[in-house]
Amino acid sequence: MDYLQYLRLDKFPHIWCAGCGDGIALKAILRAVHNIGWEKDNIAMVSGIGCSSRTPGYVDFNTLHTTHGRAIPFATGLKMARPEMNVIVVSGDGDATAIGGNHLIHAARRNIDLTVLIYNNHIYGMTGGQVSPETPMGDFATTAPYGAMENNFDISGLTIAAGASFVARCTVYHANLLGKLIEKALSKKGFSLVEVMSPCPTAYGKINKKGTGNEMILNQKQLAVRVERAKTMSPEELKNKIIIGTIIDRELPEYVNTYEKIISQAQRR
Amino acid sequence: MKPRTYMMQGNVAVAEGAIDAGCRFFAGYPITPSSEIGETLSKRLPEIGGKFIQMEDEISAMGAVIGASLGGVKSLTATSGPGFSLKQENIGYASITEVPVVIVNVMRGGPSTGLPTLPSQSDVMQARWGTHGDHPIIVLTPATVRETYDMTIQAFNMSEKYRVPVILLMDEIIGHVYEKVTLPNIDELTIINRKKPTCSAQEYLPYIADETLIPPMANFGEGYRYHVTGLVHDETGFPTNKTDQIEVMLNRLNSKLDKYSDEIIQYEDTFTEDAKIGIVTYGSSARSSKNAMRKAREQGIPVGMIRIQTLWPFPTERIYEFGRQVSHIIVPELNLGQIAHEVEHAVKGAAEVVPVNKINGDPIHPEEVLLKIKECI
Amino acid sequence: MSEKASIEINEKWCKGCEICVDVCPRDVFEMRNFVAKVKDIDKCTGCMLCEQLCPDFAIIVHAPEKKKKSVSV
Ligand SMILES: Cc1ncc(C[n+]2csc(CCOP(=O)(O)OP(=O)(O)O)c2C)c(N)n1
Ligand code: SF4
Ligand code: SF4
Ligand code: SF4
Repeated sequence: MDYLQYLRLDKFPHIWCAGCGDGIALKAILRAVHNIGWEKDNIAMVSGIGCSSRTPGYVDFNTLHTTHGRAIPFATGLKMARPEMNVIVVSGDGDATAIGGNHLIHAARRNIDLTVLIYNNHIYGMTGGQVSPETPMGDFATTAPYGAMENNFDISGLTIAAGASFVARCTVYHANLLGKLIEKALSKKGFSLVEVMSPCPTAYGKINKKGTGNEMILNQKQLAVRVERAKTMSPEELKNKIIIGTIIDRELPEYVNTYEKIISQAQRR
Repeated sequence: MKPRTYMMQGNVAVAEGAIDAGCRFFAGYPITPSSEIGETLSKRLPEIGGKFIQMEDEISAMGAVIGASLGGVKSLTATSGPGFSLKQENIGYASITEVPVVIVNVMRGGPSTGLPTLPSQSDVMQARWGTHGDHPIIVLTPATVRETYDMTIQAFNMSEKYRVPVILLMDEIIGHVYEKVTLPNIDELTIINRKKPTCSAQEYLPYIADETLIPPMANFGEGYRYHVTGLVHDETGFPTNKTDQIEVMLNRLNSKLDKYSDEIIQYEDTFTEDAKIGIVTYGSSARSSKNAMRKAREQGIPVGMIRIQTLWPFPTERIYEFGRQVSHIIVPELNLGQIAHEVEHAVKGAAEVVPVNKINGDPIHPEEVLLKIKECI
Repeated sequence: MSEKASIEINEKWCKGCEICVDVCPRDVFEMRNFVAKVKDIDKCTGCMLCEQLCPDFAIIVHAPEKKKKSVSV
């Protein structure tokens, strides 16, 4: 497919570092959009602040680069104002689970028809490598010089418990699968989330001696386990593995749709 | 059409004014003494095809109204002190991205949780400077229920016309007082909607303005695909670090309202023609001040009052003139002198500025103002 | 369409991350002066892996239809 038709070419080359996974994730989004066949005019891409949140600047959609952590609320207002619009949120792990954590679970609870893509790089990339709620215990960050000492959020578990319709996880190495999972998420009526494991060689890889971007990406091949196979494995076997695939896909009432029904009810009275 | 006469509370007047202004989206988070606005709209909006959402906090409520407004729907949020503090970052976002939104702050005493159920006017400076950075903002403040209705419509009109967040700054008394009001018929109202681009989508530059200084605004989903960011941007809407572009952008942003100060700045003169002693006040404090002024006049003291309706931009010129006319300007307000300082600045020493301040949750009583008037003779 | 795959590399956008070199199952790429170059196009199967994994939109693979088989890694 021709990716370039969806890009704002004058903004390239993009700001992401060599070997950063974010560009691979963006390609997967574009393949998904292309396969579904959405008109560019009917797509809004909304983000917070961070390296990952720079994504909207590069795509030829209606694009909204908001404040740190708040992409989901802006997207919620936009979706309610224009239910016919396809609203995609791109966010970093810090953006979505630290400062924006509350919005994430509430949007999942409402089951509003948004697709949230969280690029999990285990770190605050844009601000130079501070610890994030997704920095694995013991790993280093500029604000975790003795190693991270806090537990991580299980992003998928969190959003499933909160009520999301669709939740998946994938690495950027498995780009083809990633594109398919994003396509499923975009097609889903209701709150959908894909956690995209996207290496940050600069702010996380280096300090933790994980190698360069290409090495980190190749390493994902070793770490990934398909959801189906993971079910047959013990917790010990799954330690440090990345489970990829569709984690949940279920039919639940969608918020804006429910609201539209309330409107017709209120108007009949 | 049958007359629309009701016993109505100030907060409900906000809701009705918003609906008549064309507002079809409200996002908020409950907080005393503003909750009735959201409560009313949760019922009323669906009846007319609009939507209400109770968000998880005020930060998200502010984000949601900006998102909805970008989608082309006039949007309102309402709160009080603690919630107003939470909204500040995104108010700045609306300011720099020039997205029309209306924010109601029914003030309570602060700081912090402060005095949830008692009147105060202590957010006057926060309304102007609450968000970081130099930015344009309009702040209106009503003194009656009917005026609350009218000003809510004006707030939407100004916000749409100048592409700026407009804050309706009320105090608890105005929010909760019930008054009999007759609302105008809908067809008598002047409703302003944002100017849309007339050029093609290819030609559209979202932040280029003609001599009006206000760029036409395309709504998301209407064929003009563009980028909106809270980073300082150039005319194309994309971030820039070039000092010349930054200057063009921020200068226009911060001066665009100057061009319209005559239509934005409103105040009400009462008995100012022959006044020797002046009062400058606003909101509920204007109600007791008016009463004090009447009593003083009955006793032959020539007092005149300017009631400020547009707090920001401040009516500096009018206050300056007034200062040259009177010996004293008494400034009753429910804070420690936030507007008194501004009056001082405006009169440039021409008149003595006499603050009347109260922060104990008790409103200003006419006698307190009268006492000050007498001290000024 | 020609029978052979062809590959365009946008050298202005390439950041030299070497992902394409590492992921290509047929060793089609090499690095020269920190930019990816096609070393041996004849080996290319048109699997698209490099295109999908180049983070910089710097690779376009023109694969003949019958050669194009979607990889699922
Ligand atoms: C309110 C606020 N606090 C802090 C910041 C500074 N800041 C910018 S990006 C960022 C973290 C980004 O990390 P993440 O969301 O994980 O995205 P990444 O850059 O890793 O893609 C922070 C703390 C900000 N812009 N706004
Ligand atoms: S700092 Fe990390 S996340 Fe940011 S662009 Fe560089 S590699 Fe990507
Ligand atoms: S993957 Fe792309 S950016 Fe990286 S070296 Fe190859 S062509 Fe260059
Ligand atoms: S298409 Fe496949 S075989 Fe051909 S160069 Fe790319 S990765 Fe190698």
